[in-house]
Amino acid sequence: MDQFAVKVFVRLRPSVLDPAGEATKSASRKLGAEGIKSLRIGKMIEVNIEGNGENEVREKIDLLCDRLFANTVIEDYEYSLEKL
Amino acid sequence: MDNFTVGVVVFPGSNCDRDVSWALEGCLDIRTKYLWHESSDLSDVDAIVLPGGFSYGDYLRCGAIARFSPLINALDEFVKSGKRVLGICNGFQILTESGFLPGALVANKNLNFICDDVELDIVSSKGGWFNNVDEKQTIKLPIAHGEGRYHCDSDTLKKLIDNELIALRYKNNPNGSSFDIAGITNEKGNVLGLMPHPERACDETIGGTDGLFTLKSLILK
Repeated sequence: MDQFAVKVFVRLRPSVLDPAGEATKSASRKLGAEGIKSLRIGKMIEVNIEGNGENEVREKIDLLCDRLFANTVIEDYEYSLEKL
Repeated sequence: MDNFTVGVVVFPGSNCDRDVSWALEGCLDIRTKYLWHESSDLSDVDAIVLPGGFSYGDYLRCGAIARFSPLINALDEFVKSGKRVLGICNGFQILTESGFLPGALVANKNLNFICDDVELDIVSSKGGWFNNVDEKQTIKLPIAHGEGRYHCDSDTLKKLIDNELIALRYKNNPNGSSFDIAGITNEKGNVLGLMPHPERACDETIGGTDGLFTLKSLILK
C-alpha cells in the first residue's frame, strides 16, 4: 500500500458572493494594507490516505470532493497529492 | 385520518424538533413521532418534517453531514412514493445538500444571523402547502438563520420559475437570496423546503398563526 498526503482546496465559485471575504477585505484596508483587489475565503482539507497507487487514490479523492468536501452547486475544488 | 402520524427527524444538533411536535400535536391535534436520524424504518409515518437547528454542528456546510444519515438515505423511496416531506430552515439546507431540492443555501449577504418576522408572498400553489385561494396572498413568518441565502445558477432559476416551483418569496429580501426566494418545492410538489419557521407561528399568543396552514397540509394526500 502507498501512502499519500492530499491537500484539497474548496473555493466558492466566482459567481457566488462571499460576504466573509468582503468583510475581511474591508478589515484588511483598515489595517492599512493597500492594493487588495479581491479577497475570497475558501477551505483547505488535509487528508492522509493509503491505496494501491496514485490512480486508485485519485478515484477516492475525486469521489470525496464531489460528494462531500464540496457542494458543486456553489463550490469548486482542486487538490494536490504527494506520495509519502 | 385519526392514525395519521408525522415523523419529526432528530439529528444531533436539531433544536426545533420539539417546537414542530408541539405545534402539530398541541395546535393541530396531529400525532407525531420522533425519528432518530440513524433509523431507516419509515414504515409507520405518513409524512416527515426535517426540523431546524444545527445538525452535526453545521460542520463542513449546513446539512452536508446530515445528508449521509441512514434516515436521509431512506427518504428517497419515501419521496418517490408521493408522501410529503417538509424541510424547515436546517431541514431545507439538508434537502438541497441531498439533492431533493435544487440550489444551495449560503451565508447571509450581511453576515448577520437574522432573527425577525418577515412578510412573504405566496407564489405557487404547487403541493397545496399554502392557502392561496386569493390572487396574491402575503403571510408573516419568523426567520432565524445565518445561512439562508438561496443560491442557484440561472438555468435552475429559470426552471424554478417556468415550473412554478417557487413557493415563497420575501417581500423585503433580508439575506440576499436569489430572486427573493424563501421556499421551493420539488416538481411533484410533495417536498417543500423553506427558511421561515411555520411551527413558530401557530398560536396567537406567540405572535401569529400564519404557519398553521402549512403544517396542517402535511396530512394532504
